[in-house]
Amino acid sequence: MTLQSGLATARAGRKLKADTITLAHGGGGKAMRDLIEDVFTSVFEPADMEDQARLTDAALREDGATLAFTTDSFVVDPIEFPGGDIGKIAVCGTVNDLAVGGAKPLWLSAAFIIEEGVEISLLRRVVASMRAAADEAGVRIVTGDTKVVGRGSADKLFVTTSGVGVIPAGRDLAARNVRPGDVAIVNGVLGDHGAAILAARGDMALSAEIESDCRPLNALMEAVIAVAPDVRCARDATRGGLASALNEIADAAGIGIEIDEAGIPLRAEVKGVCEILGLDPLYLANEGTLVLFAPPEKVDAVLAAMRSTPAGRDATIIGKAVDSHPRIVVMQTLFGGGRIVDMLVGEQLPRIC
Amino acid sequence: MKYADEFRDPVAARGLLAKIEAITDAIGATADKPLHIMEICGGHTHAIFRYGLDKLTPPGIEFIHGPGCPVCVLPMSRVDECVQIAEQPGVILCTFGDAMRVPGTRKSLMQAKADGCDIRMVYSPLDALELARRNPAREVVFFGLGFETTTPSTAFSIQQAASEGLENFTVFCNHITVPPPIKALLDDPEMRLDGFVGPGHVSMVIGVRPYDFIARDYGKPIVVAGFEPLDLLQSVLMVLEQIRDGRAEVENQYARVVPDEGNPASIAACDDVYEKRDRFEWRGLGEIDASGLKIREKYAAFDAERKFGIGYGASGRSVEEPEGCRCGDVMTGRIKPLQCPQFGAGCTPETPLGALMVSSEGACAAYYQYGGARLEAAQ
Amino acid sequence: MCLGIPGLIVEISDADRKLAVVDVSGVRREVNVAPIIEDDAMEDLVGVWTLVHVGFAMSRIDEEEAAKTLEVLRMFGEAQEEIDAMMASEAMLAGDTPEAAE
Repeated sequence: MTLQSGLATARAGRKLKADTITLAHGGGGKAMRDLIEDVFTSVFEPADMEDQARLTDAALREDGATLAFTTDSFVVDPIEFPGGDIGKIAVCGTVNDLAVGGAKPLWLSAAFIIEEGVEISLLRRVVASMRAAADEAGVRIVTGDTKVVGRGSADKLFVTTSGVGVIPAGRDLAARNVRPGDVAIVNGVLGDHGAAILAARGDMALSAEIESDCRPLNALMEAVIAVAPDVRCARDATRGGLASALNEIADAAGIGIEIDEAGIPLRAEVKGVCEILGLDPLYLANEGTLVLFAPPEKVDAVLAAMRSTPAGRDATIIGKAVDSHPRIVVMQTLFGGGRIVDMLVGEQLPRIC
Repeated sequence: MKYADEFRDPVAARGLLAKIEAITDAIGATADKPLHIMEICGGHTHAIFRYGLDKLTPPGIEFIHGPGCPVCVLPMSRVDECVQIAEQPGVILCTFGDAMRVPGTRKSLMQAKADGCDIRMVYSPLDALELARRNPAREVVFFGLGFETTTPSTAFSIQQAASEGLENFTVFCNHITVPPPIKALLDDPEMRLDGFVGPGHVSMVIGVRPYDFIARDYGKPIVVAGFEPLDLLQSVLMVLEQIRDGRAEVENQYARVVPDEGNPASIAACDDVYEKRDRFEWRGLGEIDASGLKIREKYAAFDAERKFGIGYGASGRSVEEPEGCRCGDVMTGRIKPLQCPQFGAGCTPETPLGALMVSSEGACAAYYQYGGARLEAAQ
Repeated sequence: MCLGIPGLIVEISDADRKLAVVDVSGVRREVNVAPIIEDDAMEDLVGVWTLVHVGFAMSRIDEEEAAKTLEVLRMFGEAQEEIDAMMASEAMLAGDTPEAAE
């Protein structure tokens, strides 16, 4: 049952009385209606009341405009962590997937798989943070769905968001556009999200004041494209971190990439977590950090544009595309030695040796 | 980071490298007739590749990557036995992340976890102790592995468990010691090593005297080294100076962390908790006399081998290495990783065939991950 | 082998179990200090730099020895800087190269 149809039958004012989710909240009856109305639609305020979202936007009708559509599922443990929660990631992640391709994100769907026993108060916090993130990004959550599963069938809460946006005519951001000489720029420090989650999870009993970088990047991308319509491509460095994003780009463009160890921006605490657990920060996940490639003559303008936005204040150059060693990412170490930065093999595990 | 960043200064590194080059020339070592310097410790192997030191040192110096990666040398039969313990009802198996991917003959711990075993990655044996306290109805087993650096932490944890009277905490002990395999390597008639970079963190526990035999009996220089790039370069320089001067001594570059006598409290705890096994298998090297530790009778209640009846060798003779795997030859310096026919073909970090591809500390994994070969091929 | 990280002991968390808190670059973790207590009282360990491995303070870092090693390394750095400066001035003196004349 969709959020809309729930809302269509359940008029305003319904209040959910329970404290925790039970299977009844997924049963299609009154409990579910109350859940949808009170927890979800009252916050998301989808405009339309039919069984599907009906969308129109002037940007869609522009000549040469392309529709951009993306989907992503979010699972994170813990659900809430310093700097965000699963809801904020679910909105930012999908907004950013659209934004890095040059699209203006417009609408999102949100589907929730909820394990019975989850506290309603937690759901409310997650939903509120989704709304706040959507507002910050200037997108609407226009449709959705909820399912409840038995204890043990899911880990508290899984969220899937799909996003629709419009790529205006003439924009072509793609990894294949990157050519030797182009400059690689990141919008801020790396690895905050991965390190914050590791610390928040508690398995390693580390305490550190690190917040996830989770944030929407569409305003930053618009600022960049405004000064450099020929920016080659951008990737948000989520799972697998910067190393994976760079390897994907090198592979797609058939170019080599050289980065400079001294230029990789890292917070001291993130370095600390990495030193203790033997992790490489280049592979730590980010949720609001991207790498983009700009033609060399636009670098100053792009940096200035990025730094003028909240998400880009710490923008900095990290490297460049080269014609030697195609499809391989190489990092110049502090001593001028070079080493390959490969794709991550499996999952990065903490090590003692 | 204090005591780390100061030892990463690139200008001093260039100064050291210039001196290293001059002495290498003075000794007359060349790419065709290189000096073979073994860094015993996998942490040093990792640092050499992470900082690209292998490419910065002159071609007259060849690093031979030693057996000091406890994960790499862990025999498959022991992984099998560990999986067997993890499969017992009620067991929570705690392990360092390093061991998760090491293949057994049946499966790795990672696969065992996926198959339903309760396997938890921990940072410290202290975390395993805490799990035992919090789960009195469960049987918490700590997968103890590592060299002398790690050995005391397990010993202290067993002593702590004993003093608290914990009845649901045991250790599956796979601790091993550094000097025996070094002696085995030096006794190998084909061995051509000119000097050693000694393991810094092992030495902070055992001190520098256990290496005396290397200088005294075999006439080889050894310099105990720290793990920052300048530490390593300075240690290589100190080894070269010994070679140039015709000396063979045990020197300590890492004196800020390594006292000559080691750490008495740790040595005492280890003496209290462990005794030597007659022999222990090293993957790629075979069985080595008196190279492994087991838990003394006194602490039998904390010994997973006794509690579960899964002893060393209980799963039969040592397991054959996969066909074509030449890890043993790499570890003894007979061939370089790239000369192994399986390297990058049948054996990659995704699907490791041999010990040295298993952990990022293993020489082959380091070559593959950071390594020059693919880069040179691409250029 | 054996990842070890310098950390500063900032607090004693459980004297009976010999537990203290170390700070590594702003990241804190409880560690066992049994290896480094020697004859000191637990509270005297606050402010001590230690080498941390798998949750144990395995060795005290000897500031004097660290300074000695750094002094040697610094000399290599300074010597290199002099060489760099010499080479830079040589390059400048050789300014009448064809390239510079163009």
